[in-house]
Amino acid sequence: MEKYIFYILSLIIIVFAIASVTSKKMLRSVIYLLFVLCGIAGIYFLIDYNFLAAIQLTVYGGGIIVLIIFSVVLVHHIEMELELARRSKQILVALICLLGLGVFLTTIYTHPFNVIENSVSTTTEDIGFGLLSYEKGGFILPFEVISVLLLASMIGSIVIAKGKKLTDKNETE
Amino acid sequence: MIAGISIYEILTVTSALFFIGVYGFITRKNLISILMSIELILNASVINFVVINKYLYPDMLQGVFFSIFIIAVAAAETALAVAIIINLYRQIASVEVKDTEIMKY
Repeated sequence: MEKYIFYILSLIIIVFAIASVTSKKMLRSVIYLLFVLCGIAGIYFLIDYNFLAAIQLTVYGGGIIVLIIFSVVLVHHIEMELELARRSKQILVALICLLGLGVFLTTIYTHPFNVIENSVSTTTEDIGFGLLSYEKGGFILPFEVISVLLLASMIGSIVIAKGKKLTDKNETE
Repeated sequence: MIAGISIYEILTVTSALFFIGVYGFITRKNLISILMSIELILNASVINFVVINKYLYPDMLQGVFFSIFIIAVAAAETALAVAIIINLYRQIASVEVKDTEIMKY
């Protein structure tokens, strides 16, 4: 059963990813990206990482997609068609990407992975304890650094998006 | 782990996703579309972290922590990039790559 769900999810991911990078309409391509991200959340549910799936749905599906849709609506007409690369360039890039995919797949399939059969279930509690533990192997320092990074990027994006007005006001003072 | 699915099949899907992202990154001419391709690439690497953690080292959680950090950095990066794109659109009224010259110096 889970097998077929995985195949359906990966089909959704691949098809909508291709649609997302080839679609001519900007807003449609964003919505295809949303489908890809939801499919990835489904894969996290399948491998039993519910917390990560929830993060994926809220941060990507809820935050980043809305942000991108806002920027698309602010800088484009809805019906505007995108300018595509030349046909020859598209084919060349597709060939190079297929070549790279071939290299990746031969490397993956010749490497003997030491898979451990398990059905370990990870609870959110384990993740929380691991993130906030300050013993060996704990992740408290990166956790704090990430929070400072998020704050800095928030202030930075406000300053950048506000643009000229802010600097003009500073100069007159 | 997913019953009946080997690690090879999942890695195949993520490799395909990664190269679809690379294809979009190179062929697109629009800053927002390039940002979306970067999201695809980042997502492929996040799935790899999670899957390798689950299949090869099931009693550890490092892959999950790293994927949480990657998602946080991606969110920060997207917010900054959207701010830059909107500011650029105000100044040159375009988000095409070929018109973007004013940040070079």
